Amino acid sequence: MSPAASAEGPPRINPPMTHYTEEMNRLKESLLAMASHAESALTRAMRALTERDDPLAQSVIDDDNIIDQFEVEIDDIAIHLLAKAPVATDLRLTTAAMKISQNLERIGDSAVTIARRAIDLGTEPQLKPYIDLPRMATMSLEMLRDSITAFINREPDKARAVVPRDVEVDNLNRQLHRELSSFMVERPASITRCLNLMVISKCLERIADHATNIAEDVVYLYEAIDIRHSGQKNLEDKDPGS
Amino acid sequence: MSTLPEAAQAAPASEPIRITSSAPGPAPAGALPVEAGEIAFDIKNFSLWYGPRQALQDVSISIPAKKVTAIIGPSGCGKSTFLRALNRMHELTPGTRIEGSLRHFGADLYGPGVEAVAIRRRVGMVFQKSNPFPTMSIAENVLVGLRLNGVRDKAVLQRRLEESLHMAALWDEVKDHLHRPGTSLSGGQQQRLCIARSLAVQPETLLMDEPCSALDPIATAKIEELIQTLREAYTVVIVTHNMQQAARCSDRTAFFYLGRLIEYDDTRKMFTNPSNAQTEAYVSGRFG
Repeated sequence: MSPAASAEGPPRINPPMTHYTEEMNRLKESLLAMASHAESALTRAMRALTERDDPLAQSVIDDDNIIDQFEVEIDDIAIHLLAKAPVATDLRLTTAAMKISQNLERIGDSAVTIARRAIDLGTEPQLKPYIDLPRMATMSLEMLRDSITAFINREPDKARAVVPRDVEVDNLNRQLHRELSSFMVERPASITRCLNLMVISKCLERIADHATNIAEDVVYLYEAIDIRHSGQKNLEDKDPGS
Repeated sequence: MSTLPEAAQAAPASEPIRITSSAPGPAPAGALPVEAGEIAFDIKNFSLWYGPRQALQDVSISIPAKKVTAIIGPSGCGKSTFLRALNRMHELTPGTRIEGSLRHFGADLYGPGVEAVAIRRRVGMVFQKSNPFPTMSIAENVLVGLRLNGVRDKAVLQRRLEESLHMAALWDEVKDHLHRPGTSLSGGQQQRLCIARSLAVQPETLLMDEPCSALDPIATAKIEELIQTLREAYTVVIVTHNMQQAARCSDRTAFFYLGRLIEYDDTRKMFTNPSNAQTEAYVSGRFG
């Protein structure tokens, strides 16, 4: 037994706050703020659709630049951190943050598309009661929330549980496409509205994909395991709309 | 001439002066073809004491051939001692004692009758501070080991001179003034000259003790590039304080702390997802 070992003891792992750790914290905080903006954009876009609220839809479109700015800011912080050559957990956090922010930005873009289509749909009478779309939105939103909660609370298992839920949203999207296709055949006058609804359905399906990507990044962040593309996805099963 | 004793002690090529009879000739017995995937150093329960102070505790590690293995750890963790034990250089410090086994390509380095000087030709060493012999020209610096081994054939010497300087990526810079003093070169060039000197005696393994710590980023990049080339023919073990250097140029990384081997794994894993909390703390710079 070395006398040095007992005298010095194990290394302290929690250092005093440094500029570097401050920057790491700023990265996390920006990511959380961005996630809450993306979540809010989606919630408002869906409310604008179901309540036919054009000003609310417009606010989603107008606020998109906030989310875009966050993406730029997070990349900027991450690149500065990468120049300092982070390793281990810090390295995984930095690269995961860049990927998560890109997914959040795309969720924001999808929310804008939904808002635009909601404004279009508002100019015509409602085609049918919205049931599947709000369900899809709720599911996608929950997936996003769980991914972000898993990120905050360091819960890779919670993130892992998000991944299979993507299939449910895909199925709803497919079902809705079939339903809207038959609607268009029966009532050609409804084609514009059906196409708008199809786009919204597709956007929600994409948002669930982005939430899944974020969940996968969170698993990588905390467990250093890359779970992307590990599931047996049946590509033949996919229809053109999904 | 203050640098001479250090240089004389440091240069592995200078050691064979006492064993000129053991393996003269341009291709020393040590320079056998080495298969990739072989184990260069197989070390079991190795401990080392400087007098009463234990510097290495029960280290067991297999270092693969034709790979670059980086040894990292805070000052005083035993990494340089470990490196020196790999060619018995620590024996130059009086009062050292070892336990355990240390085999180099199957041969017991500490076996009875094994000469340290013979080992040092098979296991060359490059030091933190470049140490060309100040009174010798560039060419003489490279060839000193071979000359001390009794190689007299001018064609052989010329060939080894060129080969070694090429291998050390120095040839193009010095080919037109091989007779200038070794100390006329820049720091980075001097370090590559020392590498060429080590390579001239055709070792199987090259040990490097912080070879870039005194160099600027450009010279460092050249040495690192050289390390990448050397791994095709040699086993390289490098001690470094520079985490990025270990991440950039090694295949395997070993983390030492307080004389113990804490973690040893693929470099990729050590820097993206170390298993041990102490390793993570150290490589992230959150140690102390």
